[in-house]
Amino acid sequence: MNEVIGIVFFGIGVAFNFFGCLGLVRFPDIYNRLQAGTKCVTFGTIFILLGVLIYSGFTSLGIKAVLCLVFILLTSPTAAHAISKGAHRSGVRLWKESIIDRYREEVKPVEGEKADA
Amino acid sequence: METVLQVYFAVLFLCCFMCIYRIGRGPTAPDRTVAIDILGIVVVGFCALMAIITGKDFYMNVAITWALLSFIGTIALAKYLEGRGFDE
Amino acid sequence: MRRITLFIVSFITWYLLTWPYNFQTGKMDWQIFFVGLLFSLLAAVLFVEVFTRTPLKFFALKRYFWAVCYIPVLFYYMLLANLDVVYRVIHPKMPIRPGIVRVKTTLKSESAKAALANSITLTPGTLSVDITEDNHLYIHWINVKSTEEEEATKSIVLRFENILKKIFD
Repeated sequence: MNEVIGIVFFGIGVAFNFFGCLGLVRFPDIYNRLQAGTKCVTFGTIFILLGVLIYSGFTSLGIKAVLCLVFILLTSPTAAHAISKGAHRSGVRLWKESIIDRYREEVKPVEGEKADA
Repeated sequence: METVLQVYFAVLFLCCFMCIYRIGRGPTAPDRTVAIDILGIVVVGFCALMAIITGKDFYMNVAITWALLSFIGTIALAKYLEGRGFDE
Repeated sequence: MRRITLFIVSFITWYLLTWPYNFQTGKMDWQIFFVGLLFSLLAAVLFVEVFTRTPLKFFALKRYFWAVCYIPVLFYYMLLANLDVVYRVIHPKMPIRPGIVRVKTTLKSESAKAALANSITLTPGTLSVDITEDNHLYIHWINVKSTEEEEATKSIVLRFENILKKIFD
């Protein structure tokens, strides 16, 4: 029984991973790609690790999976935040059909500006 | 049961190839950094499935180490993009 | 006090990573256990400078109760976020209206702000870009509903702020 539930969890996780990577390919600029990638891939990997915990029970494998889950949940948004801040500071502009960019109006970029992407 | 797991492996391979497409194609440097970050997290899930299909515990250690190293590498690349030193 | 707390935290992490107790045979691997004690002591002596300044907060049990209450809230919003992203990816025209807006927070401590930024990144359609000194966050929003600061604050920040205030302050 546990094995079937674990397999279902793996399926949900792999599907979210797939849609996240599809968003990484389809979306037009870096910030939208970062949104799709970070949210979907983090959630999918969390589901896969929960599936490992259910599949194997509270053995050493399951407990390591929980540690890995907590670690990914803490670090993945932080990495996304660092990349978006670095990209904006290095002069990458938003998509050309964006509504508003308050950050550009109020904070100056460090380097010289590049052409609009 | 085995067949289902192999289908999952195939889908994860497809995800990795999409990330590699974005690494090669991406117009700016931050795009490539994003793709490297996402690829790291996909590989963690891949290692977890690998631990299930082979029944060996040490693949989970590989997953934990991969998550740590991928995070540190991404932070270093982001600092580099921002144009600052690594020790801030 | 900080050293003792750091020792306890690092030893618990070591124990979970290696798991020397075997459930089937009921035997304990004392070698791994004592090596863990040694390295936790070493970490507690050497790296106390980079640890938190208020270690007594680790032993306030009320915080853990609120943290457990926070998990279902976060999980619900993460599920919504993922279904939202999947809808936008599959839709052939990609219905997105991106933009960066500014919101304000009333949280005080550093770790609370970090947790708020991480939660915002994981919830529907938003990605935190920067935190300034005077408690403003810049947020990339995939579907901008209002460019005013007040309304954006109401629809992004307020659903987490109350419970995070109970955990971290």
